[in-house]
Amino acid sequence: MSRAEVEDFLFHEASLLDAWNLDEWLQLLSDDATYRVPSNDQPQSDPKSALFTIADDIRRIRARVTRLQDPHAHAESPRSRTRRMISNVRIVEEKPLVVEANFVIYRFRGNEDVRQYVGRYRHTLEKRDGKLKIKSREAILDAMELASLGTVSFIL
Amino acid sequence: MSVTPLVLNEPQALRFEINRAALVDQKIFDTEREKIFERCWLYVGHESEVREPGDFRTRTICGRPILFCRDTANALRVFLNTCRHRGTVVCREAAGNAERYTCFYHGWTYDRDGKLYAVPGQSAYPPSFDKTRLGLQPPPKVDNYRGFVFLNFDAGAPALKEYLGRATEYIDLVLDQSPSGRMEVIHGTQEYDIRANWKLLVENSFDDYHLITTHATWLDYLKSSGVEIKRPEKGHVLPSHGLGKDLGGGHGTTDNVNFRGRPVAAWIPIYGDAAKPELDRIRSEVTARLGAERAKRVCDTNRNLLIFPNLVLLDGSSVSVRSFQPTAPDRMRVRAWALGPVEETPLARQVRLDSFLTFYGPGGFATPDDIEALESVQTGLGTYKEVQWSPLSRGMAKEGDQLNTDEAHLRAFWVQWDKLMRS
Repeated sequence: MSRAEVEDFLFHEASLLDAWNLDEWLQLLSDDATYRVPSNDQPQSDPKSALFTIADDIRRIRARVTRLQDPHAHAESPRSRTRRMISNVRIVEEKPLVVEANFVIYRFRGNEDVRQYVGRYRHTLEKRDGKLKIKSREAILDAMELASLGTVSFIL
Repeated sequence: MSVTPLVLNEPQALRFEINRAALVDQKIFDTEREKIFERCWLYVGHESEVREPGDFRTRTICGRPILFCRDTANALRVFLNTCRHRGTVVCREAAGNAERYTCFYHGWTYDRDGKLYAVPGQSAYPPSFDKTRLGLQPPPKVDNYRGFVFLNFDAGAPALKEYLGRATEYIDLVLDQSPSGRMEVIHGTQEYDIRANWKLLVENSFDDYHLITTHATWLDYLKSSGVEIKRPEKGHVLPSHGLGKDLGGGHGTTDNVNFRGRPVAAWIPIYGDAAKPELDRIRSEVTARLGAERAKRVCDTNRNLLIFPNLVLLDGSSVSVRSFQPTAPDRMRVRAWALGPVEETPLARQVRLDSFLTFYGPGGFATPDDIEALESVQTGLGTYKEVQWSPLSRGMAKEGDQLNTDEAHLRAFWVQWDKLMRS
């Protein structure tokens, strides 16, 4: 697996999320995938013993997508516009394939000022039937606290 | 001099309305700090957040930097986090353990008990310089109720226990989840701003009228995961019966029959089959310890408790301690923690944390929609000079019990707020 392949995959994932193409995004996940955002003050934690902002198993990821597609998910209705910049992509482990990347996600909504979510992705990927799938994805925010970022109502 | 009231309370006419300026106006906001936040008991933190001698946490309370810590004898201490020399914040870390607290500016050093320990070049001060009078200063009053630590900036304030009054019954109900009556704050803080007046979060924290509409997607999530959501009885808007209670002193609570799943101890399919025996075991322990009736109160009711003015204990899908600091008329900083019994097994702890995230917090399935509602209200309140009043009269014409979807408990908050503002 080359870094370029991983990069292409992460760029593709980012484009799906920015386009709110969430059904297609779900296809990138394995059937036991997890999605986590740790609390800002405990970035190196386990959701079994620490409070996270988000700690979804695949069922809750799917439920999250269902919710976000519902106009009654008021926090994202109307939806945010997001634009993800992904860089510094590195393969940090080969087996299993663990990749890290820096991200900046610009979020625009209504007439609010832009909110900038800055942090690091840590994904575990695996190849199934010749295709890369996400087994786990973690978005670790650099902000000391969410503060003016407010909520994490869209998918980081 | 204007005599327009901020709270229009006419029980005979069955009218209760809030002047929207109370949620917008900068002068009212400034008065609140003086009349409410500098007079009332304010939540600092929980004893479990500092455990060993020298453990500390820093936070901002009512605009003051605060040091919450354990001294050498391991007693809980609260200090105003400012050097007695020039005013520098002495402890600038969010949390940690300190042998001593040294101000980096000129090097004044305080010990864990707050005493001024060392002053570089002390001989240059005149003989009247008295180190014993220059220790870290505590707020006028500090006390704790069963591990919840509060401070008061008013030296003449009543004792904490007296201030909490009947709210202690509802704090006790939360603590009864633990076999030893001891709960702990779990690692991980949810800290975020809401662009709305703090009193809107007070209302939102125990107003159940909004549940069906604001949290429609959360209810759908519960339904689709196998939780039975009953149709409301005639005249009701919620799937289960619940009350709203005025506890006096501005404190209030909801007191609701549970339908949503609780870590102690009402299993729902979201928790997974593996957790079922563990929740049964917890349930048996609570029943054996407290008897069937009290166990039902602890396990089968959800309660959102407001401790006036800015502390909320949410005992629902999990237990959350939430306090909020107003930072501007249209802005607040929220801090929320998960609370669990100290004896909890790893499996039960996992269920508790997972259940927390189904509803609460900035990434939960419900809280973001609450925040959206509050911010949307605040935007709408831009019209407060033209659209001046908000009705808060649900349940007013009714004798007897007030429902959680009525507004008696919200009115109780506002009556106390108004009383203090006019004091």
